[in-house]
Amino acid sequence: MTRYLAHRLLLALPTLLGVAVLIFIMLRVVPGDIVELKLRGEGGTVTQDVVERERARLGLDKPIAAQFGDWMVGLVTLDFGKSMWTERPVVDEISLRFKLSFELAILSMLIAVAAALPLGTVSALLRDTWIDYVVRFISVAGLAMPAFWLGMLMILALLHFFNWLPPITFMPLWQDPVANLSQLIWPALAVGYRYSAVVTRMLRSSILEVMNEDYVRTARAKGMRERIVIGRHALRNALLPTTTVVGLEFAFLIGGLVVTEQVFNLNGLGKLFVQAVTRNDFTLVQGLVMLVATVSVLVNLAVDLLYAALDPRIRYR
Amino acid sequence: MPALETTTWAAPLRRSGRGLLLFARAQPLGALALVAILLMLVAGVFARLIAPADPVAIDFTAVLSPPSAAHPFGTDNFGRDILSRIIYGARTALIIGFTSSFLGCTLGTLLGVVSAFYGGRVDLAMQRFVDMLLSFPIIVLALVVVAMLGRHLVVGIDVNLLLAIAIPITPQVARVIRSAALSIRAAAFIDAARIAGIGNTRIIFRHMLPNVMAPFLIMLTAFIAQAILLEASLSFLGLGVSEPTPAWGLMLAGNAVDFYREAPWIIIFPGLAISVAVFAFNFLGDSLRDWLDPRFRA
Amino acid sequence: MNPSSALHAEAPAREPDAGYLLAVSDLRVRFESARGVVQAVDGVSYGVRRGETVALVGESGSGKSVSALAIMRLLPRATARVSGKVLFDGRDLLALPAAQMRALRGREIAMIFQEPMTSLNPVLSIGLQLTEPLRAHLGLSEARARQRAIELLTQVGITDPEHRLRQYPHQLSGGMRQRVMIAMALSCGPKLIIADEPTTALDVTIQAQILDLLRDLSRRLGIALILITHNLGIVARYADRVNVMYAAQLAEQAACGPLFATPQHFYTLGLLRSIPRLDRKRTARLATIEGLLPDLRELLPGCRFAPRCSARITACENAPRLAEVGPGHRSACVRANDVAAALEPAADIGARRQKAAPAPLLEIEGLKKHFGVAAGPRVEIRTPLVIAVDDVSLAIGRGETLGLVGESGCGKTTLGRLIVGLETPTSGRIRIDGRDIAGDAVHDFRGFRHKVQMVFQDPYSSLNPRMTIGGFIAEPLRVHRLAPSRAAARERVADLLGQVGLYPYMAERYPHELSGGQRQRVGIARALALEPSLIVCDEPVSALDVSIQGQVINLLESLRDRHELSLLFISHDLAVVRHICDRVAVMYLGKLVELADRDAIYDAPRHPYTRALLDAVPVPDPAIEAARRPSRLKGEIPSPLDPPAGCVFHTRCPIATERCRHEVPVLRELSPGHHAACHNIGGAAA
Repeated sequence: MTRYLAHRLLLALPTLLGVAVLIFIMLRVVPGDIVELKLRGEGGTVTQDVVERERARLGLDKPIAAQFGDWMVGLVTLDFGKSMWTERPVVDEISLRFKLSFELAILSMLIAVAAALPLGTVSALLRDTWIDYVVRFISVAGLAMPAFWLGMLMILALLHFFNWLPPITFMPLWQDPVANLSQLIWPALAVGYRYSAVVTRMLRSSILEVMNEDYVRTARAKGMRERIVIGRHALRNALLPTTTVVGLEFAFLIGGLVVTEQVFNLNGLGKLFVQAVTRNDFTLVQGLVMLVATVSVLVNLAVDLLYAALDPRIRYR
Repeated sequence: MPALETTTWAAPLRRSGRGLLLFARAQPLGALALVAILLMLVAGVFARLIAPADPVAIDFTAVLSPPSAAHPFGTDNFGRDILSRIIYGARTALIIGFTSSFLGCTLGTLLGVVSAFYGGRVDLAMQRFVDMLLSFPIIVLALVVVAMLGRHLVVGIDVNLLLAIAIPITPQVARVIRSAALSIRAAAFIDAARIAGIGNTRIIFRHMLPNVMAPFLIMLTAFIAQAILLEASLSFLGLGVSEPTPAWGLMLAGNAVDFYREAPWIIIFPGLAISVAVFAFNFLGDSLRDWLDPRFRA
Repeated sequence: MNPSSALHAEAPAREPDAGYLLAVSDLRVRFESARGVVQAVDGVSYGVRRGETVALVGESGSGKSVSALAIMRLLPRATARVSGKVLFDGRDLLALPAAQMRALRGREIAMIFQEPMTSLNPVLSIGLQLTEPLRAHLGLSEARARQRAIELLTQVGITDPEHRLRQYPHQLSGGMRQRVMIAMALSCGPKLIIADEPTTALDVTIQAQILDLLRDLSRRLGIALILITHNLGIVARYADRVNVMYAAQLAEQAACGPLFATPQHFYTLGLLRSIPRLDRKRTARLATIEGLLPDLRELLPGCRFAPRCSARITACENAPRLAEVGPGHRSACVRANDVAAALEPAADIGARRQKAAPAPLLEIEGLKKHFGVAAGPRVEIRTPLVIAVDDVSLAIGRGETLGLVGESGCGKTTLGRLIVGLETPTSGRIRIDGRDIAGDAVHDFRGFRHKVQMVFQDPYSSLNPRMTIGGFIAEPLRVHRLAPSRAAARERVADLLGQVGLYPYMAERYPHELSGGQRQRVGIARALALEPSLIVCDEPVSALDVSIQGQVINLLESLRDRHELSLLFISHDLAVVRHICDRVAVMYLGKLVELADRDAIYDAPRHPYTRALLDAVPVPDPAIEAARRPSRLKGEIPSPLDPPAGCVFHTRCPIATERCRHEVPVLRELSPGHHAACHNIGGAAA
């Protein structure tokens, strides 16, 4: 087990390094850079000289290799540099918003799993009944509705029925849990709906697949009650691929946050990301991308460990 | 036996005329989705004939007017007819959705097949690359590509937007096709071809690629849905299609955010259009899979 | 007239005093789907007495497995329509409330399935899966159930049962898993066990162990056994009475002895005559059943075997009835009385002359192949090597057929793949016509590669589903420009199709439009297209039904003789090998252990492994089986990942000595042309 863990972590390093190289190169082939945007963006006229000096100050005048070297050294020492726009350390910019986005992500996952487990199971077991059709319709709809539109509709409804508007400021969980939850539950629902749709569909199709397996037939041939056949023999196997999907989607939640935070006016990582991209804030984009990749790697690792706990074929190797 | 699956995969794909009829009978909901897509296609192609008004004509006398006989879906904050913008938006959505999905799926399929066929180091290198791209959520990768490439219009279409949507699709397709191709690679007819002295290129194009057409088709359909959604999201963030081109995502962006509480129709109808389109393509993809993949057959 | 009324007069259901434990009468199963209606079981009646073993024999689609699942009520309710009567111990199983039926499954009737690899739940421990029915049916406490489980595992010959209870299925070999399945079936003391092809997925020495175990236990405990199989040898060795099924119906029903001695149905006769015999010198070409198995969706009235029957008459167009033809012997053939006359052995035509040491075409010297093995799907650690082929040397003469036999993991398939160039040898030489081709890339057509072609095992995966048959056969001709024109290529394809017994118009077809046997013929045609001198046949008939096997074997023989081909015939079926081969090589765990002329190896095997292998194979003749006192190999084939030191066979060898543990035996010539690798056998033939 320890060997497995160590091996997985070792495998993650080249992936992260690759991501770092990739994102760095991708951003440097862009024709324009932040300086142009920052100084000339508002239609102001600035001399080339000023631009050059600003470039030098941000280190953009150095050769690409040197810039890359600086950044790599920074990465190893966990120094992600400063935002080129606000000039504050990237780490600060991120940690300021991390709590909000993280809480939102956890809430969405809880909502998604809580909804998907019963829905997926019922839908599979009652295959081709009207309950199955309704669940399938709801989940395909969840994949079809853009999260930001769903968010807008929710706000409209809340406004109409409760006269509720997205608050301007964020209330942290430990200061006022009720206010915090009432603030985050709606965006979490908007994001979690799609999430739950993905998980529901996966669970339904894995249960259907597992129900066709020989060992389910064996369990029935042994005269086991249907409750045990499903609960003990089928579900445990069907949960394996479902676990993977729950994990993968969690790692990808930032995608949902990017648009949802915009709608609900939440100052989280998603919004920060969009800002960084529109402002060509290289260091910030790089930092955020590394964060996303790291989260993705860690979540994948967690999924594999969970998998190993559920599946003896992996545990005993 | 995975090889068996691939043999049965292919069969129903050939006779298209009769196949369509069989498909409609076996997958009525899928056929319904197909009809919806055809309607969308008609709307997109004949937008000029169908749309009641000019989608970009600004009319300050009818700003934010609610749905009425003159404007069935109402008007936006520039007084533009929303129904017309939705009809023209179908064109944008279909062009971008299909082109980028096709691009991503083709590239991904080639990558997956080549990776599976050669195996060994080629496979390992390609898989590492794919893993790397897969460690990004689709929209994040698309945003990075948008940031990287900027805009580049060719005959009114932002080519870089197509790329930004196609690139995140590629690794996902590559992964699925690779696993399908691996089972084909293991099939005896590939060995037979090698023993008969058939060259690698010919094996890839004549023996491997035709046998991944079914998963390709399924993914092409499913990723059109993804692409439409992604385009809408990017446009919503102001990084996709730019004004004044009528695009559904764009209709929900920018000023819409300021006005939708007073004039909900300006977001309801475009959002519905996106949802219905994505729904239809998703459903068609699902039905195709149920129909073509023997594992889902009763 | 109701075709089954005569049958009902005889139906076991009417004579409960006859001691039938299970009486199936007029069982029918229909599957309805969008693709049509399949009558999978069509009016089947038979009985099983307490403690006896009844075989259900048939080819694929005969309905033997479906009828068993119907008895257990394990068919999917949504698609399967079951009717008829199944009396078990006085209760009609088909009419029983679901809860009662469930309580009866596993307690009074238990079932063992074909695939030991997938029939056990991979995420639950053996202990849980074994104690589960004990607790549910007998209400045992956990401790008592565990105690009983340990007893059961000991009973089925599993050592260290306490430890096994904590293990998971993937940690056990296929044979072990099947033992666990047997333990599970025995657990609640059932009156009847249904075993559905219980050993089809296992190696022949393990098959013998498992079936012996099943027979001994069921006899000792007085359990009745329904044995479903396609293998007539197994029937002859283990069954008391036999039901032969064809196309969803019963063809013949008899006690085991009379069925083999005096079959009363032309289908049974055809089956018996189309299987090669392990115990007899080859005399003639196989008699075959021509044609294909019928499509159960489009059945014609009348005898279903009639279209393939050489003895059909106009009366065969009427629906046949299963009628008494002797005591306890029923047949559905209107000409049942004439079968005996056709029984005499076929004329001695086509007997193959033994060639006197032909000039070698293929020579292999010191061939080795090592594989690195990936530890698993989610981890990419390269772990120790598997030595798949270890220092093998042999030669095949021009026009000669060499049989290569052995159980799974013995390296026979790898050896074949090395010869055709699909694998690159780790070391050693492969020479064709004196020229070394071991280093040539497989697609290097300038060399001698094309002289060696291959026929594959699985007829479903060996053709490209997206290419027409004609396109597929013509492909090598076109790529290598062997046909001057399109028309010439078409003509050549037609010629090749004719040679393998197919029609030229089939060139336009796609593989899914052909049956398994026809596909195998296409595979052979494609191999022939390049005019090879050697064809490596890798289990070419083992995926085919018995009645189709004979056709393909005969085809291979006639092509070999016509084109002066050499064949390397890889198979686990020793009877087929005896029929078609001139010489036979036996492999075990990568090593060649014995190599000799066909009759020498079958009549006087020298190596203890070869002997055990031959003993393990059941012969389709109950009289001979009754007289055999075979010795059984103990234990399992060791993992090729961790082969034993010294002689690889010493862990299972009955005559192993201390020397075998350390010293690797070399292949010695014991008598002219007879080689074996064993320390403990003398130089002269025994």
